[in-house]
Formats: sequence, C-alpha cells, structure tokens
Amino acid sequence: MKPIWYFVGLLLLGTGSLIALSGLHALFFPPEEQKVLSSLHPDLWWGLVMVSAGLIFLLFNRKKKVV
Amino acid sequence: MVTIGLSLVDWIIIVFYFAFILSIGYYLKRFTKSQEDFFIAGRKNSAWVAGLAFLSANLGALELLGMTGNTFKYGMYVAHFYWIGAIPAMVFLGVYMMPFYYSSRIHSVPGYLKLRFDEKTRTLNAIGFAVMTLLVSGINLYAMALVLHTFLGWDWNISMWVSAATVGVYVTMSGLLSAIFTEIIQFFLIWFGLFLVSILGIVEIGGVNEVFARIPESFNTLWSTSGDPSQNGMAVTWAGIVLGLGFVLSFGYWTTDFLVVQRAFSAKDLRSARMTPIIASFFKMAVPFIVIMAGLVALALAQDPKSGFALLQDGGQVNYDSALPMLIQRYYPTGLVGLGITALLAGFMAGQAGNVSAFNTVWTYDIYRSHINKKASDAHLLWMGRVATVAGIIISVGTAYWAKSFPSIMDYMQAIFSWVNAPLFATMLLGMFVIWITPNGAFWGLVAGMGSSFVLFLAVKFQWIDPALITMSSVGSDMAANFWRAWWAWLICFVLTIVISLFTKKKPKEELVGLVKGLTETTVKEHVPFVKTPAFYGIIALIILVVLNVYFW
Repeated sequence: MKPIWYFVGLLLLGTGSLIALSGLHALFFPPEEQKVLSSLHPDLWWGLVMVSAGLIFLLFNRKKKVV
Repeated sequence: MVTIGLSLVDWIIIVFYFAFILSIGYYLKRFTKSQEDFFIAGRKNSAWVAGLAFLSANLGALELLGMTGNTFKYGMYVAHFYWIGAIPAMVFLGVYMMPFYYSSRIHSVPGYLKLRFDEKTRTLNAIGFAVMTLLVSGINLYAMALVLHTFLGWDWNISMWVSAATVGVYVTMSGLLSAIFTEIIQFFLIWFGLFLVSILGIVEIGGVNEVFARIPESFNTLWSTSGDPSQNGMAVTWAGIVLGLGFVLSFGYWTTDFLVVQRAFSAKDLRSARMTPIIASFFKMAVPFIVIMAGLVALALAQDPKSGFALLQDGGQVNYDSALPMLIQRYYPTGLVGLGITALLAGFMAGQAGNVSAFNTVWTYDIYRSHINKKASDAHLLWMGRVATVAGIIISVGTAYWAKSFPSIMDYMQAIFSWVNAPLFATMLLGMFVIWITPNGAFWGLVAGMGSSFVLFLAVKFQWIDPALITMSSVGSDMAANFWRAWWAWLICFVLTIVISLFTKKKPKEELVGLVKGLTETTVKEHVPFVKTPAFYGIIALIILVVLNVYFW
C-alpha cells in the first residue's frame, strides 16, 4: 500500500497547479471584480508554495510502501 | 443573501477533491478484509499517521467555523480551548492512560469499562457515547450545509440531505482506514486552504499588534481579565476555565472520547500509541494561528464601518459561524475560493467520517455483539459496521436541525460533552488509578453524573433555576454555564463513585491486571533513553504551553 504522504503530495501538487495557473491567468487578464489585496496576487504565489510542498512529498515517498 | 459565484477553476478544484477522496476510498477497500481492518485500521499505523489523524478527527467543521465564530463572540478566551483546554489532557493520555487502553487490546473505550468494571457500565457508556456521537455528527452536517448555503446559496434542507448522501457513500467504503487517510489529507488542506486567510487579514489590518489594538481589551487577553467575569468576553472566571474547561471538559474529551482515542488504538505498537496524542499536541497548539487569528481579524474588521465587513444575519440574529466564510469571500480570488471551500468541505467530511466510524465501532462491538448477537461471525460484524454507518448518517440529519437552533456551534458542542464526557472522566480516572473502585460504584456514579449534568442543562435552559447558582457569578454566558455544569457533573460522579465503592463488592485483583495502575508495571516498561520517551516530549509540549500562556497573558 502506498503511504498516505504520497497521496498528500498528489493532492497538493494537483490543487496547487490549478491555483497557480489561475493566478497566472489573472495576472495577465485581471478580473473585473477585484478582491481585497488582490494586487498581491496571493493565488499565484500560494499556488506555487503548494506545488513545492506537493513535489517534496512525492519525491520522498514515490517508491515507499507500507504494510 | 449575497453568495459567491464559483468559477470553472473553483468547481474543478472541488470536483478534483471529491474524486480524489472517493478514489482513495476505493483504493483502500482492497486492504479492508476483516473487522479488525474496518474498525481499528488493522493496528498498523505509525505514531505520525495516528497523531495527525488524532488531531484531525477533532479538527473538523466544528473547529473551523465554530471556533472562528466563537472568537468573534468571546474574543481571545477561545484560545483556552486549544491550550489549557487540550494540551495537559493530551499529554496525560499519552504518558499515563494509554498503557491501560492499548495493553488491554480493546476495540473501544466502552470495551475498557467492560474489562475494568462490568457489562452494565460498558452498556451505559456505549449508549451515551452513541447518542453523543450522532448529535455531534449533526453539527458537522449543519456546518456543511452552512458552507453550501453561504457560498452557493443552496437551500438548507437540500444542503443537509445532499451532504448526508455524499458522506454516506464515502464512509461505507473502508472504515477507519479510509477515515484516517481522509483526516490526514484534510489536515494539509486546512493549513494550505485557511492559513492564508489569517495572513491576508493581518496584512490588510497592518500587523498582529494592530489587530489586537483594534478590538476591545476584554476580547484581546487570555488571563488578565479572568478575575472578574464582567471584564472578559466569555463572562467566565479563571476558576471556571481551569476547573470546567482545563480539567473536566478537556480531560473528559481528550482522554475518554472514543472518536479521538480510536486513532491511537490504530497505532502499530504501545510506544506509537503513547506518542499519538503527544505528537498531536504540538499541532493542536498551532491551530489558533488559523482560527483564533481569523476570528480576531473578523472582529477587528467589523469594528471599522469603513471596512464593509459584516457577518451574516439569520432571522435577525448574528450568525457567528459565518465569520470564516465571509473572510474567504473577502480575500480569496478565483482558484483560492475553490481551495477555501474544499478545505471547509474536507473538514466536514473528516469530522463526519470520524464520528460515524467511532459510532459504528461502539454500536457493533459494545451494543450489537454484546447484547443482540453474541455469536456474530467476523464477516457479519463487518457487514453490521457498514449498516451502522448508513443508519448513523441518516440519524445525523435529524440532529443537524437541532444544532441549527443553537446560536453558536460550540455552545451546542460543549453542552453535549458536559453530559457524557465530563462524568466519564471521573469514572476513568478512578478506574485506572484506584484499585478498590467497584463496578457498582462506577455504574451508579456515572448514572448520577450524567443525570445531574442533563438536569442542570434543562434547569438553566428553561430558567427553572438562576444560572448564578451553578456558575457562582452574577454574570455569565452559555459557555460559562457549560464549564461549570461539567465541573459539577464530574464532582458528583467522582464523589458518589468513591462513596458507593466503599460499601459494594470489589473485583478480584487478578481480573484487573493490565487495567489499573499498580497492576500493569510489566506492560508499560520501556527500555529507551529518557529523551526518546513520550514523557520527554510531553514535558516539551507543556513548556511551550506555559510560554504561550505567559506571552498572551
């Protein structure tokens, strides 16, 4: 059985990628409705943080198995 | 009602999460072959897996919505639930109580009562726990419906039933194993999905100090206003916090509530089981940086009319539990909204799964197999566990409507805990540490403790008595009444158990080996250096606890 940490990595990588891509899109095509502090582009950098965390979990657990 | 429109990306993130979780459930189903796998996850988990699941089982919708809402209502005092109201009890469980639980190889907390006392005490606790679990499960359902109602504008009734159906399908997949997997995934989703709310709130207001400066003094301290209940948001004295929350409610919940303790039972060995609550305690101390900080940010923003921030109103009453969703609506752009909603939904699903997996275990082992079908086969018990899961979820829908009638989720929650967990802690404490406590003493003490707590609840709710009689103060709140009621219930149970035990028949010592302190020495002996023992890490947790309390005094 794959360890739980492998699945955590998959989820963070998948979700983080979607958020980062959405943030990238908003950077070039700003939406009409602006949220508070949208100038900081939290979606872009937070998505990248999630992608990084996901990759770390995946790399360390990709070959591990638990009983 | 203003609702948030979800974009395509938000929907993709939500659907991705649901598909992911259901896929994991399906993947794990092939590893769930016996009742031991379904109810105790095969006792294979490491301390880290069991520890994060231990914390996450409690970190459901209640924590996220309820505690943020309560911070808005009561202020910084809510942090007591995470610090004095959790850490000492978690350390105590790991260092002192877990050897008795784990070494007896029981499947549930009522199972321990059967071994230590007798069948009737086990049955009483099993029924009380089953009822409590279904009531708490209703909270999760209510919270789920609140999220859907707030963000998507769905009807309450539809939200309740759609939520219940979704969880019903998921939870029956593979029992505790899938519940634990979901809980750990939820742990990470919550941190990544909601911590950003606090960060952005602090950035907007201009720093943590500015957040504290903008809220009333009675809301921004931890202990300094606890001498006079009229000077703090929760209207409670330090004695109510220490005796009611810090001692009875906290120890009652963290050391006897099977929902959380069950995660430690899934650990692969005794040391891992003992480390489970201690690892969880470090993360528990960090949770206020999400929920308390978000609640304080919401409070600070609401104090400023120019901010345009306000909580939702339901029937003319402020809906405190909407604080976190309203902050997400304020800060999160497309994509992050999907993440924020997914984190809340994950909290709900894990909370619901946790309650139902605990319920199906207690029902199957402590009620069904003990009284209805004593010769049930392994396969039959596995089937019964799945049936109990579906039945439990249906009953939860009914309790969800009751939860909705309370002004704040946490008030409802503490009321329930003070009925069941508070007196049970007295029974457990005496049972584990005093050899001469008798089965009849434990049973009648527990009956008196549970009964008195419920009667006191009704007496205050319907104003049969002046609440000051139990809170020992002319001012008070629902929460203060909960703390004090828990204390009185514990005290009644504690004293009566001792008194009745003095006059009733004791169990032979040979039947108590491994169950009571003084008769379990050989089972807890560990040959490891002190720095690797649970006690060492427990001491570190307690030191951090003291530092946090002094810093935020």
